[in-house]
Amino acid sequence: MLTYTIRRLILTIPTLLFISFVIFLIVKLSPSDPTSNLPLTIPPEVREKIRESLGVNKPLLFQYFLWLKQFFWLEPRIYLETAFGWDLGTAGEVRLISYQTRSPVMDLIWQRMPQTLWVVGTAYVVGILIAVPIGIYSAYKQYSIFDQAGTFVSMVGFSVPPFFSGVLVIVIFSVMIPNDSFWWLPSIYDTTHQVTDWESFKFQFRQMIMPVMVLALQITAQISRFARASMLDNLNQDYVRTARAKGVRERGVVMVHVLRNSMIPVVTVIALGIPGIFGGAIITEQVFKVNGLGQLLIIAIQGGDVPTVQTLTFIFAILIVLFNLIADVLYGLLDPRIRYD
Amino acid sequence: MLDDPLKPLVQVDNLKMHFPIYGGLLRRRVGEVKAVDGISFEIKEGETLGLVGESGCGKSTVGRALLRLYELTDGTVKIDDYDIAHASPEKLRKMRPTMQMIFQDPQASLNPRMTVGEIIAEPLREHLKMTKLEREDRVGDLMDQVGLNRDFAKRYSHEFSGGQRQRIGIARALALSPKFIVCDEPIAALDVSIQAQVVNLLEELQETMGLTYLFISHDLSMVRHIADRVAVMYLGRIVELAPRDDIYSEPLHPYTKALLSAVPEPDPSIESKVERVILTGDVPSPSNPPRGCNFCTRCPAVMDICKREEPTFREVLPGRFVSCHHYNDVDEIAVKATAEDL
Repeated sequence: MLTYTIRRLILTIPTLLFISFVIFLIVKLSPSDPTSNLPLTIPPEVREKIRESLGVNKPLLFQYFLWLKQFFWLEPRIYLETAFGWDLGTAGEVRLISYQTRSPVMDLIWQRMPQTLWVVGTAYVVGILIAVPIGIYSAYKQYSIFDQAGTFVSMVGFSVPPFFSGVLVIVIFSVMIPNDSFWWLPSIYDTTHQVTDWESFKFQFRQMIMPVMVLALQITAQISRFARASMLDNLNQDYVRTARAKGVRERGVVMVHVLRNSMIPVVTVIALGIPGIFGGAIITEQVFKVNGLGQLLIIAIQGGDVPTVQTLTFIFAILIVLFNLIADVLYGLLDPRIRYD
Repeated sequence: MLDDPLKPLVQVDNLKMHFPIYGGLLRRRVGEVKAVDGISFEIKEGETLGLVGESGCGKSTVGRALLRLYELTDGTVKIDDYDIAHASPEKLRKMRPTMQMIFQDPQASLNPRMTVGEIIAEPLREHLKMTKLEREDRVGDLMDQVGLNRDFAKRYSHEFSGGQRQRIGIARALALSPKFIVCDEPIAALDVSIQAQVVNLLEELQETMGLTYLFISHDLSMVRHIADRVAVMYLGRIVELAPRDDIYSEPLHPYTKALLSAVPEPDPSIESKVERVILTGDVPSPSNPPRGCNFCTRCPAVMDICKREEPTFREVLPGRFVSCHHYNDVDEIAVKATAEDL
């Protein structure tokens, strides 16, 4: 298993390089201009100077290799320097700078990361915690009223996009309910809010409810369907009948024999969904004004901010490749029939 | 054997197992598959009853229903004087140690995520208070008994061959020293050479542990080898039940005759002279069985009464039961003559 993991890790290097190049080409070839968002009063020759200073006019390959060098060589050294206080000779070198804000891209990402992880990560955990028991129970009681209701709710979760459900809950909980009521919830997520005491924690909790639940609805819909299907697959297996014939308690039959076997694909799907947390929920973050990574990406795309878009998408790519590997390894750990050697 | 003093271990009376069919938009109940439709028999202690019949006739359903792996539609099943059919789930669980099952598919019936040791030990953990060491010891003993290496206990079932897996299944079934074992086509999924090994193992275990078997199979020659008495099923009913030698030398029911005539003869000179009874048509659907005798649509000796009235399952000769109108109101001598004629 270890050799397999190492081999896969080495294989990810060319994969990621290729992905980074493709992303670079797509971003570069799209007709966007970093100066297009600037005021129209700026004369063309000044615009040209701005472009030149950003290095946009240099040859494509040169720009690509510069990005590679900055991302893989310079930035890690800078983070090592700040972490351990070493001197790795990075002084005076030009960091990976965002066209829009003129601050280092990596710093922007670190600033945005916590909000996204809190909101989307919580939604993911909440979604899974709701989804798995629902999936188990609706498979066990297939075609019961509970199962039918579960099917209906997941269909709603699948088909209603967050820009509808998000706005709907805002209309209900922030607009229709008066804001001195207990049920009123803030429609804007305040990222500057600090949790220091019980009161501020309660506020944090209240402002997280809506974005988290809107996202959790979608996640629950997906994972509960998956858990249900997987449980149904295993419930009718012969070894479940064997377990009953052995005289195992019904609880044991479901929890030990059926659940353990049906969680294998569910766990891998959950692992594969984790990169999505880092990617943020672009639409939901916009609706609730959470200034997370998803929102950063949208703004960067609108402003033609190539370094930010390129770096963000590449980090998502790394996460996806990595969690694919983790899912594969998990599969091997959970299912004794699969051995990678 | 006829005046055997042994008391019956298993008593089945009018067992019915109907599976509902749901259909339509609202998934209403639109009918039922009569997989087993009113059968009665007994199995004596230490005896092997062979249950034969073609695919889909309800053999496996009988086996599973006897251990109440299904909820019965009607009828009673008594094993060791306990009423299995109406026991509460907890009571039933307590009775599981007396009755066990060996399944047809040795691969699918073992949990792929458990080691062999865990599989065999699970019933011990559920039903007996044993220390870990005692349990390991017992698992080792069981594996010795079925001819598996003790060191294999840490392995998973997919690492074994078909025959070895079936041995694991047998060891698991033996773990709680049951009295009665349902063997549901235990050899159907195995190679011929392995079949003999497994059947011999089953016979050996029967001798040493005094087991009672219900041996379900479609392999007539294997049933002839292992069974003391044989029951022949057709479309959810038992058509004939008799001691093994009688049924093979002189079948009474037309269906049994047809079934036995299909057994291949190894000697080519005899094989060419064998007269086969070839049945025409297909088995009717168990959701819509024919009126009268179930076999009337294909019977070569069908009479008018067969299409109107259901024949009763009755003892026509000592120990020999048959369900056929040809044996209505005939004495013992006439039975033989009728059997010749059919």
